[in-house]
Amino acid sequence: MKINVNSTDYNLDVPDNTSLLDALRVHLNLTGSKYGCGEGACGACKVLIDGRAVASCITPVASVQNKSIITIEGLEKDGKLHPVQQAFLDEDAFQCAYCSSGMIISAVGLKTKNPKPSRQQVIEAMQGNICRCCVYPRIINAIIKA
Amino acid sequence: MKEPKTAGEITQGEQSGAGERTIHRRNFFKLLGGGIAVVLSYSDLFALPGLLRSEGEPSLADAARVDDNSIAAWIHIRENGTVAVYTGKVEVGQNIRTSLAQVVAEELAVSVGSIEMVMGDTLLTPYDRGTFGSRTTPTMGPQLRKAAASLKEVLADMAAAHWKTAKGSVQCKDGRVVHTESGKTLGYGEITKGKKIVIPLNDKVALTPADQWTVAGTPVPKVNGRSFVSGKHKYVSDMVLPGMVYGKILRAPSYGASLVSADLEKARLSAAVTVVKENDFIGVTAPDPQTAASALARIDARWNSTPQPSRADIFKYLKDNARQTDAGNNTKEAAEKAFAAATVQLRQHFEVQYIAHVPLEPRAALAIWENGRLTVWTGTQRPFGVQEELAEAFSLSKEKIRVMMPDTGSAYGGKHSGEAALEAARLARAVGKPVKVVWTREEEFKWAYLRPGGLIEVAASVSTDGTVTSWEFHNYNSGNAGIETPYEAGATHIRFHPSDTPLKQGSYRGLAATANIFAMESVMDDLARMVKKDPLEFRLHNLKDERLRNVLHAAAEKFGWQKEKKAGHGHGIACGFVKNSYIATCVEVAYDKSAEQLKILRVVAAYDCGTVINPVHLENQVMGCILQGLGGALFEEIDFMDGRILNPSLSSYRVPRFDDIPLLDIVVLNRKDIPSAGAGETPIVAIAPAIRNAIADATGIKLNALPLIPQGLKTNS
Repeated sequence: MKINVNSTDYNLDVPDNTSLLDALRVHLNLTGSKYGCGEGACGACKVLIDGRAVASCITPVASVQNKSIITIEGLEKDGKLHPVQQAFLDEDAFQCAYCSSGMIISAVGLKTKNPKPSRQQVIEAMQGNICRCCVYPRIINAIIKA
Repeated sequence: MKEPKTAGEITQGEQSGAGERTIHRRNFFKLLGGGIAVVLSYSDLFALPGLLRSEGEPSLADAARVDDNSIAAWIHIRENGTVAVYTGKVEVGQNIRTSLAQVVAEELAVSVGSIEMVMGDTLLTPYDRGTFGSRTTPTMGPQLRKAAASLKEVLADMAAAHWKTAKGSVQCKDGRVVHTESGKTLGYGEITKGKKIVIPLNDKVALTPADQWTVAGTPVPKVNGRSFVSGKHKYVSDMVLPGMVYGKILRAPSYGASLVSADLEKARLSAAVTVVKENDFIGVTAPDPQTAASALARIDARWNSTPQPSRADIFKYLKDNARQTDAGNNTKEAAEKAFAAATVQLRQHFEVQYIAHVPLEPRAALAIWENGRLTVWTGTQRPFGVQEELAEAFSLSKEKIRVMMPDTGSAYGGKHSGEAALEAARLARAVGKPVKVVWTREEEFKWAYLRPGGLIEVAASVSTDGTVTSWEFHNYNSGNAGIETPYEAGATHIRFHPSDTPLKQGSYRGLAATANIFAMESVMDDLARMVKKDPLEFRLHNLKDERLRNVLHAAAEKFGWQKEKKAGHGHGIACGFVKNSYIATCVEVAYDKSAEQLKILRVVAAYDCGTVINPVHLENQVMGCILQGLGGALFEEIDFMDGRILNPSLSSYRVPRFDDIPLLDIVVLNRKDIPSAGAGETPIVAIAPAIRNAIADATGIKLNALPLIPQGLKTNS
């Protein structure tokens, strides 16, 4: 099957029930998207599918052919970080940072729809992402400032 | 045996007559490259087998294996002037990679950017017991400061000698020594170029006082932050080696179950799948994790289960199986006597459930065997401990095992052990290929270890003027951290009774201090109400510790403790002291009686951990502790029945999320006159009792179990 990730077409020879997360991490060696729960409950694996943040661990790769997939690796442009990435860096909005890829992807998904979200809108949009180090207040600030 | 001297190889030791010990410096520099290095002392470095070995790779780590309590590190200035700091400590998100670099930069007068922190590598870094117990900042920090200052002193001397000038006429700045009169400069790397110099750490070297710091004490951003926000950092679970396969391990259906038989045939899906059975260990490897999981699922295993305790009867079980440690002392009698004589008496018991760490990166390891040597990358707080576990499991000398720890996706006390490392190494040995094992979330819940559950019983009394007159405190199973009361509590009898835990239990951020201080601070609040005293005033009346008093005052002031409460709102306060740092926390809750809805509106915490090294990262640690603690306070609990964990997933085990987060204010008392303490644990201890006390204030309901409101608040409870 063929998928488009970060504006590049890839041919994959994997079983249909392979998750998008495994396809990215194992078969394309794009390891920025993380495994955290395997049931779409933590958000560490989120990627943008046609601009919307989706949990890749419960998305069969076969279902996203002919769609645009953007992972954390695809946000940087010409060596310049996406404003959300830069804001996370500026705000030190992480500790172990294992959740950061999924957080940033979710935030980019939100900002695409709603460039100036309120604090409450950020909280609602990010509810599916867990930061186990619990620096949530800094993440909220980073997203608002980005 | 004495090696002939070569030009350019000098040591201070030789000059001071310690020449015998300098003979093995060559091996040291074989690994480091030339330049100048500072180590703990010659006896640590050169009297040891790692560098005496003539064959095989010498291990720098072995060099400092003086005893298991040594705090060893070394700093090396390379010929190009860059600085490498070697420490066995590891980075799990607490940002010590940054804060340790800051203290070195400060004392060595170099930029943080010129420092490479080499951490948690059993080949390259000195032995270290592990990264836990808030020990890095108070022990490794000062050691690195002294090492850096010792280096700077010697570099200044060498430059002064080069210019044939007095020591006082040079100073160090930005990685260079400056001759103040002429303005001439020499880079650190230039001074030591072509030389191989080892100097001992000068224990009496002058350190820069905290109030003169320019790099330490400032909010330096996470040093490798960019690699994390761009998804480039390779956690162990992201690592790949050529020819690597993925491993999965067969697990028992419950605790205490033993394997009877296993039919492995159906698991052999293809030639690429290998099934490994070594005694009761059964695992599979495959070219991708999905195939490995499918193969594993096809193993038909039969198990023999034994009855196990369940959550419903856990506290009775823990008490029945506890070892009594009251024997042989008379403090119990004195406490009972004072209690009996008091007019105001209180007996309370508290139940604390088992909870899970849930590090977002589960246990992971990548192992490879080459010529009888084992190399493992794994996320652990104790790389040297894992090296020992591997040595024992494979009857291998430690010198043949290298364990490395890339910055890892969190731990919180939950990654002291090397399960995944052992599994990956066992599979890799069997299949003759590199093997990566990454636990699933379910495995992490079921087969890692948990924060202990516990039962706490307290009997306390107070005189009508609000003075505590007796304090009897028993903790069953959860632990003795933070068990001593900081209050002047009259006749005290305080005991921890270890028990027989039915679930695997171990360290957790703050250890049992969370449980003990929850009970302690709940009782203090109830006593205050019994004698109609303000909870803050009551605490201060019974408290001498100046630093604890200070954080109580600071939190109360920022919170507005004395201000009027809105109808239906409750205020709670609690404080605690462990591991040389002090926390006080105030909470405001709002209770809607008709809807039985409780909301945590705001939290104000004041914290004192001595001198602050990085204010932003410190705030992140305090914030992380308090908000992670919110989970254990309100709703986190492991449910189990007959040896099975019933909620082993993030959809069934609730952790704090964005909409659980109250407004949070953190006041840090930066005590530059007091050495820095570690800050990753203590701030967790006061949030649960502060919430509990606020709920009692708002509703009159005294909740004496953690979590407090897993199903929401019911007024008839």
